[in-house]
Amino acid sequence: MDITMVHILIPALPFLAFLVNGLLGARLIRDQAHWVATLAVAGSWVLSVMTLMDVLHGKTFYGNIYTWISSGGLDVSVGFSIDPLTAVMLIVVTTVSTLVHVYSVGYMHGERGYWRFYAYLSLFTFSMLMLVMSNNFVQLFFGWEAVGLCSYLLIGFYYDKEAAAVAGSKAFIVNRFGDFGFALGVFLVFLTFGSLDYRTVFAALSGWESPVVEVFGLEADLVTVIALLLFCGAVGKSAQIPLHVWLPDAMEGPTPVSALIHAATMVTAGVFLVARCNPLFNLSATAMSTVAIVGAITSLFAATIALVQNDIKRVVAYSTISQLGYMVLACGVGAYSAGIFHLYTHAFFKALLFLGAGSVIHAVHDQDIRNMGGLFKHMKITAITFWIASLSISGFPLLAGFFSKDEILWMAYASGGVQGKLLWLVGTLVALLTAFYSFRLIFLTFHGEFRGGHEKEHHLHESSPVITVPLIILCVGAVASGWVGLPPVFGMENQFAHFLQPVLGHPEAHGTHAEEWMVMGVSVAVGLLGIGAAWVLYGRRSDLPARLGALANGVPYRWLLNKYYVDELYNLVFIRATVAAARNVLVAVTDGAVIEGIVNGVPAMIGRISEKVRGLQTGVLHHYASIMAFGVLLLFAIVIGWGGG
Amino acid sequence: MLPELLFFYFAIAITGLSLLVVTRRNPVHSVLWMLLLFFHIAALYVLLNAELMAAVQVIVYAGAILVLFLFVVLLLDLKKEVEDEPYVDGWPVGIALALALFLSIGVTIHALEPAAPGAYTVAKIQSLTHPVAVGEKLYTEFLFPFEVVSMVLLVAVVGAIVLAKRKLKE
Amino acid sequence: MVPLSWYMGLSAAVFSIGIFGFLTRRNIIIMFMSIELMLNAVNINLVAMSHYLQDIRGQVMVMFIIAVAAAEAAIGLAIIIAIFRNRATVHVDEINEMKG
Repeated sequence: MDITMVHILIPALPFLAFLVNGLLGARLIRDQAHWVATLAVAGSWVLSVMTLMDVLHGKTFYGNIYTWISSGGLDVSVGFSIDPLTAVMLIVVTTVSTLVHVYSVGYMHGERGYWRFYAYLSLFTFSMLMLVMSNNFVQLFFGWEAVGLCSYLLIGFYYDKEAAAVAGSKAFIVNRFGDFGFALGVFLVFLTFGSLDYRTVFAALSGWESPVVEVFGLEADLVTVIALLLFCGAVGKSAQIPLHVWLPDAMEGPTPVSALIHAATMVTAGVFLVARCNPLFNLSATAMSTVAIVGAITSLFAATIALVQNDIKRVVAYSTISQLGYMVLACGVGAYSAGIFHLYTHAFFKALLFLGAGSVIHAVHDQDIRNMGGLFKHMKITAITFWIASLSISGFPLLAGFFSKDEILWMAYASGGVQGKLLWLVGTLVALLTAFYSFRLIFLTFHGEFRGGHEKEHHLHESSPVITVPLIILCVGAVASGWVGLPPVFGMENQFAHFLQPVLGHPEAHGTHAEEWMVMGVSVAVGLLGIGAAWVLYGRRSDLPARLGALANGVPYRWLLNKYYVDELYNLVFIRATVAAARNVLVAVTDGAVIEGIVNGVPAMIGRISEKVRGLQTGVLHHYASIMAFGVLLLFAIVIGWGGG
Repeated sequence: MLPELLFFYFAIAITGLSLLVVTRRNPVHSVLWMLLLFFHIAALYVLLNAELMAAVQVIVYAGAILVLFLFVVLLLDLKKEVEDEPYVDGWPVGIALALALFLSIGVTIHALEPAAPGAYTVAKIQSLTHPVAVGEKLYTEFLFPFEVVSMVLLVAVVGAIVLAKRKLKE
Repeated sequence: MVPLSWYMGLSAAVFSIGIFGFLTRRNIIIMFMSIELMLNAVNINLVAMSHYLQDIRGQVMVMFIIAVAAAEAAIGLAIIIAIFRNRATVHVDEINEMKG
C-alpha cells in the first residue's frame, strides 16, 4: 500500500465508522454498532503499527494532502507530519482506543444510545488522530477543538442526568479559557512567522532574535508570549492548575470514556502540544520555568486532594491530574522525551486503573469506596490487574511507571540549580502521596470486609471476558511498556529518548551516576513507604484514619475533601459575576430592551401603520371604482400634459 | 346633408337612451331602454358600412345578452329594492369623475391624427361582401385569438353553471 | 360627410355615462349594464375608426369584444345570483366583506 494512503486511512477509518454509525446507527445498526467502530479502530491500530515500523526504519513523512484554505498569505492545508513523536502518539491512541472499544462492548451493553456511544468514540478517535498527525497549527487546533467537542458529548452521554449535562458544559466552558489563549497563540505565530506550518515556523526560529513586546504594561519577549499563550491551551486540555476543575467532574461520563479520553489520550494533548512546540519553548527560559512550576504545583495539589476522596473514579481522576502535572513538569525542565515517555506508560496503567474501576462499578453498582471492600475474592482478575497498575503508578521497580517516573525525577534533579532540586523534592513528595492514595484505594476496595451489605455481596461476580481481556492486555503494557526506555545507568542507552531525539532533542543531565542511583533509590523508597503507610492506615482495622482526619479540628481534612474549595471560589468569583451580568445586562438590557424592542417594535409599528392604512380598504365597490376612474384621469392628465409640453 | 342628419338623430337618441338606462329605478325598465339603445347602435353600424357588426349587435347583444339580463332581473324579483334610494351617498363624486373623463377625452380627440388609410375601401368591402372581409382577417391573422376566445366562452359557460348552481356536491 | 371626431365624441359621451352609472348606482344589475354601455362605446369607436381608416381589423376586435362581453355577462350574472342568494340584496354598498 502506498505510504500516503496508510497515513490517510489511519484517521479515515474511524471517521468512516463515525459516519456509518452516526447515520445508520439509530435505525439499522443499533446493538451491533461495536462491530463497525471496533473493526475500524483496530484497522487504524494495525496501520499505526505499520507506520511505527516505517518510522523505526527512518521513513518519516512530512507533507500536505489537501489545501484547505488559501487566502492571501494564509495557506492552510490538511497535512501529516509522521515522525517519531507522532508514531508514539499513534500507538498510544489507537491501542488504548481499540481496547476501550472492546471493553465497552461489555460495559455499555444494553445502554440506551449504544450506537451513539460508538459513533462518538469513533469521532473522538478520528479527531485525536488528526490532532497528533497534524503538520500545522490550524489542523492541530481543529483536532484540539474536535476532541473537546467529543469530550463534551461523551461526558454528557447520559444527558438526562443533570450532573452529567452540567459536567459536560463545565468541561467545555473551562476549556474555552485555555483554548482562547491557544487560539491567540496560533494567531501570534501566524503574525510573527507568516506561516502556520510546523517546519516553516520552527525553521524560522533558529538564529531568531525575539523582539521585546509590551503586554499589559509588562515587557516580555515575543517568544515568551507565544509560548505562554500556547501553554494556556495545554493548561486547559491537560487540566493543570488553575483550569483543572473540569476533569474530576468529567467522571460523570461512562467509565470507558474516562479511561480513553480523560486519562490516556485527550488530556495528554496538552503535553503533546508542549512537546511538539519544543523549539518555541526552548527559546524562553521564563516560559519553561512557568511550565515546570505549573506542572509541579498541579501534581502536588491534585495528589493531596486524591488522599481523601471517596469516589473511586475521582481518586483516579485526581491521580490523572497529578500525573499530568508530572508530564508537564518534565516538559518544563526540557525533558520532553521523559514527558512523552511518562505519557506513554501512563496511558497504559491509568487506562487500566479506570477500566478496572469500571469493572468494579459494574459489579458493585456504586462508586463510593466506603461501600466496598473485600472484592479481591470475588473478582480476582480485576483485583490483580488493579494491583499491578497501582504498583506501576507507585513506581515499583521494573514496572512501567518506575522507569518513566524515575526519568522525570532524575531530569528534574539534573536540570540544575535550586529550581531543579525543588522540583525534584516536590516530585518525590508527590510520588509518596501517589503510592499512598493508590494503595488506600486498593485496600479499601479489594481488601477487608465488604461494606455494601449482605444482599449485594451475593451478587458480586467477576466481569465477563470482554471486559477482563482488555484489562489483561493493558496489564501487560503497565508492566512492560517501560522496558523500551531503560535508563542509562542500567548500562544501555535510553532507546525511547534516542528514538524521539530528532524531534525533541536531548537535554543535558548535570549529575553523576551516583546521584542518579540516589534519585532512583529515593523514589523507590518513598513509593514503598507510601504503600506501607496505606497498609498501616487502611490495610488493617484501625481508627488511625479517623484520628488523622480529626487533626486540627478536621480543618485540613475538610479542605482536602472539598478540593481546597476551588470550585466554590470560582463559583463566587466568576460564575456569580457572569450570571449576574447575564441577568442584569444581557437579559434585561440587551435582550429585554434592545432585541425584544426591535423584535416586538417592528411588528407593532407595522400593526399601527396598517391599522390606519387598512381604512382605505373599505370593501365598498364604488370606492375602488372611483379610485380607478381617478387613476385613469391622472393618466390622461399626464398624457395630455406630455403631448402638450 | 342626410348622413349628418341621421348621425345627429342617432347620436342624440343613443346619448338619451344611455342616460335613461343608467337612471331608471326599476332594472326592468333599464333593460328595456337598453334594448332600444342597442338597436340604435346597430343602426349606427349600418351607417358606417358595417352590416355584419350590426347583425351581430342585434343577435348577440339584443338577442342573447339582454335576454339573459331580463331573465336575471325577473328571477331576482326586486320589489323592495325598487323602493330604495337608487344612488350611493357619494354620487356627486361619480358625476364629477364622469364629466372630467368626458372632457379629457374631448380634449384628446382634437389632437387625433389619423394614420394612413388601409386597403379595405368601401368599394373593396362591398365587392368582397362584408362577412367575407371580416372572416378573411378573423381566420388568418387572428386565428389564434379566435381559438382563445372560444376557450374563454367555454370557461364562461362552465363557470356560470358552477357559480349559479345551488349546491355543488349534492 | 360626418367627421370621425363626431363618432368619437359620441363614444366618449356613452362611455362617460357608463362611468357615471357604474360609480353612482347601488343596484348591481344596473352597474353591470353600465359596463355593457362602456363596452358598446368602445365598439362604436372601433367600428367608426375601422370605417374611416379603411382597416377591417377594427371590426375583428369588435367581434372579440362582443364574445368577451357575452362571457362576462354569463359569469357576472351567475355571480349576481350567487350573491343575491347569500345576501338577499343587490345593493353593492351593503356588501363589504372585503373591508380591511
